[in-house]
Amino acid sequence: MIDAILFYVFAALALGSALGVVAQRNPLYSAFSLIVTLCSLSAIYGLLGSPFIAVLQIVVYAGAIMVLFLFVLMLLGARREEAPARQGRALPGVALALVALLALQVASVILGAAPAAGTPGFEATTRKVAEVLFSVRFLYAFEATSILILAALVGAVALAKRQL
Amino acid sequence: MTPLSWPQELTLVVAKILLFFTLILTLFAVMTYVERRVLAFMQFRLGPNRTGPFGLLQPVADGIKLFFKEEFVPPGADRWLFVLAPALSVVTAFLAIAVLSFGGSVTLPAWGLLPGWLQGREVALQIADLEIGVLYIFAVTSLGVYGIVMAGWSANNKYTLIGGLRSSAQMFSYELALGLSWVPLIMLAGSFRIPDIVRQQEGPLGLLHWNAVVQFPAFVVYLIASTAEVNRTPFDLPEAETELVAGFHTEYSSMKFALIQMAEYVNMITVAALGASLFLGGWTSPLALLPDSPAWFVLKLLAILFLFIWLRGTLPRFRYDQLMHFGWKVLVPIAALWILVTGGALLLMGGGAVRP
Amino acid sequence: MSGPIPIQHALLLSAALFALGVLGVFLRRNVITLFMCIELMLNAVNLAFIAFSRAWGTLDGQVLVFFVMTVAAAEAAVGLAIVIAIHRHRDTMDVDAFNLLKW
Repeated sequence: MIDAILFYVFAALALGSALGVVAQRNPLYSAFSLIVTLCSLSAIYGLLGSPFIAVLQIVVYAGAIMVLFLFVLMLLGARREEAPARQGRALPGVALALVALLALQVASVILGAAPAAGTPGFEATTRKVAEVLFSVRFLYAFEATSILILAALVGAVALAKRQL
Repeated sequence: MTPLSWPQELTLVVAKILLFFTLILTLFAVMTYVERRVLAFMQFRLGPNRTGPFGLLQPVADGIKLFFKEEFVPPGADRWLFVLAPALSVVTAFLAIAVLSFGGSVTLPAWGLLPGWLQGREVALQIADLEIGVLYIFAVTSLGVYGIVMAGWSANNKYTLIGGLRSSAQMFSYELALGLSWVPLIMLAGSFRIPDIVRQQEGPLGLLHWNAVVQFPAFVVYLIASTAEVNRTPFDLPEAETELVAGFHTEYSSMKFALIQMAEYVNMITVAALGASLFLGGWTSPLALLPDSPAWFVLKLLAILFLFIWLRGTLPRFRYDQLMHFGWKVLVPIAALWILVTGGALLLMGGGAVRP
Repeated sequence: MSGPIPIQHALLLSAALFALGVLGVFLRRNVITLFMCIELMLNAVNLAFIAFSRAWGTLDGQVLVFFVMTVAAAEAAVGLAIVIAIHRHRDTMDVDAFNLLKW
């Protein structure tokens, strides 16, 4: 029972801060709102029985990726956005309409076809996740991901250097 | 043992939280005094000895002084972030206490004063026994970086910004080495829970089963990385008095400064407690004859805190580029190699604690 | 601890977050805010994966979330490096300013 209450609290927090990400003028405040969103999503993962992914979300997303964003914002001097130019005045209205349409369509699919309740006794402990992750099924993906990270590392350094 | 209903569980957890919180706060206050005294003795002087007998009321005097200082928000500073930053630092510092284990379980005596459901109940000396024990601490220290970043940015001051960015870059660089140093221990114990890792260090030879002996390179990496993680000398360039004024906390005064100091000391206590649990055997005794007890844990915690103070009084500080070079190019490869060695040894010795 | 959390509500939250992310990509002009809205979309997808993993009792969703997070980290690193490089040239972070390839 208390799980459901906590879920709704964190869902409201996630929605509110996601709105903050999209609507705030100052990009630094958007970044902090995104951090709040990530932390509330992590709480929701924990409530959905996935403690490992919840902690990974904080360590990887909120603790590393967002620090990267904040560093770039602070070093490059984040300025407040101005209102869009004359030609783009219709854009917010059209965008809102299209996105609302998208959300309604997805919601109707969910309410029609998605499962209603979770499997009882579901616990995605680290051991179980590791057994699946390191199995033969995901072996190729795992190794390819490690090479991808290496490529991203080299690429990031090469792109951001002043002279090679 | 009858399972507890949720109001009873809640009461027990709240009582544990209050107890641990008070203990850590007291230890923080004592640490401020002890650090100044021990540093002074190492430098052949006396330290604070006037306020109260032997200067024991010095933390009280410091608290009163900080309380009555002027609260100042610099002009042009981002007001919200300026006030939020020390709060965030303190909250993340105290959150890590939730999975620290001071001992095994304690059986409450059957007093008439205790309510019926508590008498004779076995209570673990740990607030929350999460399945993801040490990973939780890793996550919380990752969040601790934001307090410093916010503090550095919000004061609208070039020097605090550079100090804040340097300090946070240092923190998350050494956090990687810190996490990697724990991986061999987790492999040995087969679990992330701190009580499991402590119990894996029990054995007939007492001291020689501790991870500080069996996993000595991991222990060394842990000590160095944790010193850098809490911004202590020799890694305290971002907040040294002679560099960048006072680093990221230059513009803070009064209670906000006190909160930042508290966050730093509580972080130090947390990494010392973690070192005592994971590497020095927690509450197990060094000699097999003596019984295990939480007193051993406190002794080891104080020993590591003394080591931190000792390092502060002895070593000169690293330059920032030396610091980053050391963190990334020396510590992380050593930690990674040791993981490889431990994994290989476990495989050769027949699987260790990791079973299919 | 399997509580009575309705999976459909978690999926609706995922859809709402995704929609907000798409709205942000349409409307924002600062490159880094654009990136953050893309990260929001990725997180919405992660939530959907976890919700379905719980609904069906399998662990494939968890592993896929693991990979999505890794790829998002790599993409954020390279994307921010590109932002630093282009900022060095034009000293602005407004996407509308990078229109040299427009006819």
